[in-house]
Amino acid sequence: MFSKETLTVTRRTALLGATALLTLPRIGLAQAAPVDGGRLILIARPEPATLGLGLNLQAPTIYVGGKIFESLLTYSSDLAPMPSLATSWSISEDGLTYRFELRQNATWHDGTPFTSADVVFTADDMMRSSHPRWKLLAETYVERIEADGDFAVVFTLKEPFSAFIYAFELSSLPIMAKHVYEGTDYRTNPANNAPIGTGPFKFVSWNRGQSIELERYEDYWDETPAHLDQVTFLVIPDAASRETAFEQQIVDVLRPGDVEGFVARRLSEADDVIMTTMGEEFYAPHAFIQMNLRKPPFNNLKIRQAVMHAVDREFISNNIWFGMASPATGPVSSRTAFYEPDVTPYPFDIEKARGLVADSGLSGDDLKVTLTPLPYGQQWDRTAEYIAQQLTQAGLDVSIRGVDVSGWAQALSTWEFDLALNYTYQYAHPALGVARHYLSSNIIQGTPAANNEGYSDPEVDRLFAEAANSVDTEETQRLYSEAQKRLVDDVALGWIFEMRSPTIYRDTTNEVVTSAIGVMDTMKATWKAA
Amino acid sequence: MTYKIFLTRLGNGLLVLLGVAIMNFTLVHMAPGDPAMIFAGEAGGGDETYVEQLRQDMGLDKPLVTQFAIYAGDLLRGDLGYSFRNQRDVASMIVERIPATLLLTMTAFGIALIIGIVFGMLGGWFRNTLLDRGLMIVTLVLYATPLFWLAMMFVLLFSVRLGWFPPFGMQSVLVPDAPLDRLLDIGRHLVLPAFSLGLFYAATYARLVRASVINVSNADFVKTARAKGVPGGRILRVHVLRNAILPVFSLASVHIGQLVGGAVLTETVFAWPGIGRLMFDAILQRDYPVILGVFLTTGLLVILVNIVTDLLYRIVDPRIEHTAGN
Repeated sequence: MFSKETLTVTRRTALLGATALLTLPRIGLAQAAPVDGGRLILIARPEPATLGLGLNLQAPTIYVGGKIFESLLTYSSDLAPMPSLATSWSISEDGLTYRFELRQNATWHDGTPFTSADVVFTADDMMRSSHPRWKLLAETYVERIEADGDFAVVFTLKEPFSAFIYAFELSSLPIMAKHVYEGTDYRTNPANNAPIGTGPFKFVSWNRGQSIELERYEDYWDETPAHLDQVTFLVIPDAASRETAFEQQIVDVLRPGDVEGFVARRLSEADDVIMTTMGEEFYAPHAFIQMNLRKPPFNNLKIRQAVMHAVDREFISNNIWFGMASPATGPVSSRTAFYEPDVTPYPFDIEKARGLVADSGLSGDDLKVTLTPLPYGQQWDRTAEYIAQQLTQAGLDVSIRGVDVSGWAQALSTWEFDLALNYTYQYAHPALGVARHYLSSNIIQGTPAANNEGYSDPEVDRLFAEAANSVDTEETQRLYSEAQKRLVDDVALGWIFEMRSPTIYRDTTNEVVTSAIGVMDTMKATWKAA
Repeated sequence: MTYKIFLTRLGNGLLVLLGVAIMNFTLVHMAPGDPAMIFAGEAGGGDETYVEQLRQDMGLDKPLVTQFAIYAGDLLRGDLGYSFRNQRDVASMIVERIPATLLLTMTAFGIALIIGIVFGMLGGWFRNTLLDRGLMIVTLVLYATPLFWLAMMFVLLFSVRLGWFPPFGMQSVLVPDAPLDRLLDIGRHLVLPAFSLGLFYAATYARLVRASVINVSNADFVKTARAKGVPGGRILRVHVLRNAILPVFSLASVHIGQLVGGAVLTETVFAWPGIGRLMFDAILQRDYPVILGVFLTTGLLVILVNIVTDLLYRIVDPRIEHTAGN
């Protein structure tokens, strides 16, 4: 299911591949023993509001906090669970008990030993109140969380939940220090701005508006601590300045989104620059057109089908996203578990779209809609303009309503939209990142990451519920496949593309992307050639 | 007399500040976007109960009038509020950013004044010459150039191409230990943002001073000085410039107010950690306490600057004091 994900091949890497002999010394360099020391300079964009990872899950907080905190597991690029603070784990045959053996030599950055009490406190107390996603998961599925001695934790579920093994990634359950947070107001705890974690790098300083400084934690549990001496995050709010910073070799790595795709493509053409689209397999960001199904014209299936036929997803992927996207076929990303490729296709066909609009029985003001773009940069703006243009050609009367991020979030969270652009993280499993957009129980206000469009189908609800509870992989696949087919037939959302965001770095920096969350991970294996 | 005027101005200023506080509060709360929803989104999304809980914690569940009464009460106690999002006192966040903004904007202002006055004086004194035309073309181009574009061109030329100055930030990643080296490091980082910001205002001053110099040059007292055989340089320095510079004070008091409010574009392009960027980020995140705190602080600074300018005006041109006295 992950065979489609490959390293993006740039012109330079293609040339290198063709001239294998020339590449050998470089490969030799990459496979050479890691060099200890040096400073890695990254960009915090935008500046995080806090570094309390359990309280804020914005990308910059995860990016910085991911070097300081850890979860029980991490995941390889093929989504296989790997040890982190847990050394091993076992799942009972009935799928109800998850047991984790913990590291016995891990310590917090203030020297306090890490124990099972920290895990129980985090999962059963702190995250239940501060982390809405974990709260929902725990309240729905978790019966109890118990320590078994100092170095084992047992999660007992109310019912089987096959996605539970994917709930131990950094942004889902970052383990927080009980001795730092217990008995305090979590949101105002001073440690949120001077965090204490168990990760390979410890917090040194935060010069607001300028930089965040981390240094190697010498007492890290791994026999091989981080290779780098320091990691510095520079706060650079302007995209052109970030581009300059990389070109001037002031920063070493650009994470996805630091620069627009067309800039990434240009930067990657330099001889000493490497670009990869690996490192987002866990999140698998999936972009879609959200249609408000509560009112005309999008409560009409023909109009929704027309939207799918009017938008050329290949064109968007190749020309607006410069190949750093691939067309989506349905609600589940091809990088996520239980993807079903055999769904009703909606090939680009503007004539068919026009016909569907004409057959819909709607006309005049019913076809007048506003499109709320996702205000995340030029590529999203161009995508919105293209979609508006195509839908206008199909017969809708589309105007774009430009808003900032807050306005966009409010429009979606309060259902005050006709059409909107959005994307979602899939968190490796449909039960974690996909179902929330279609379950009728999740038609809630307050977040743009729910069933904001108002889709409701009891059969889809049943399929998702049974699939989540299934411990038989084949049966799970069958249930999810059926759910995907129904959703695609109904055009619950207008899926556009799977994002393939680039990470860019110089070839003197090694082991930058080593897991399914890429540069969001600890980067303890990253090293710089002397 | 100056003392009385100062007190009157201060009283008026406090009234203006009250108006500013009411207007800011109303406008900020009228803008679309709910801080609780944004916060919930940052925490990974949340249901209505979670958002409502946040709204209560932030005090947003109360009627607007009650919220303003609480805000006004806090202000009277000298409390600018608490940023729920940043988990910090607003006052400390602002105090932290003001030095960077003042350093940038005052340097830019100094550059603007020096270049503007020199260019304007030369243009006016040597009016209709090649020098005058050349200077006025330069100022026109600077005046017409968008600030952010000029800033980016500066980065491309002086940083990327020539490598003379750092492209962004206020100090290097490896901050030098020695105080003098640290100052020099900040100075090198300051050059590009200060010049790109200052040149725009320099163009305005140059054109203003030029017109004023031409006007004063034709005044009777200047003709008399010439008739008495006073050297040209002394006429320009003592008689013309001192009178021609007065309009600059009026305009400068407006500009300086704008500048202390934060040079948002310049601070963003050059990643300068000032109050303008703090305000911009706060607006995007609907961080009401920070937005209100920054607006109020800058409003206060503008009022103070205007009072100081009024007083300076009287020192530079004693006739104003005399007229007021009469």
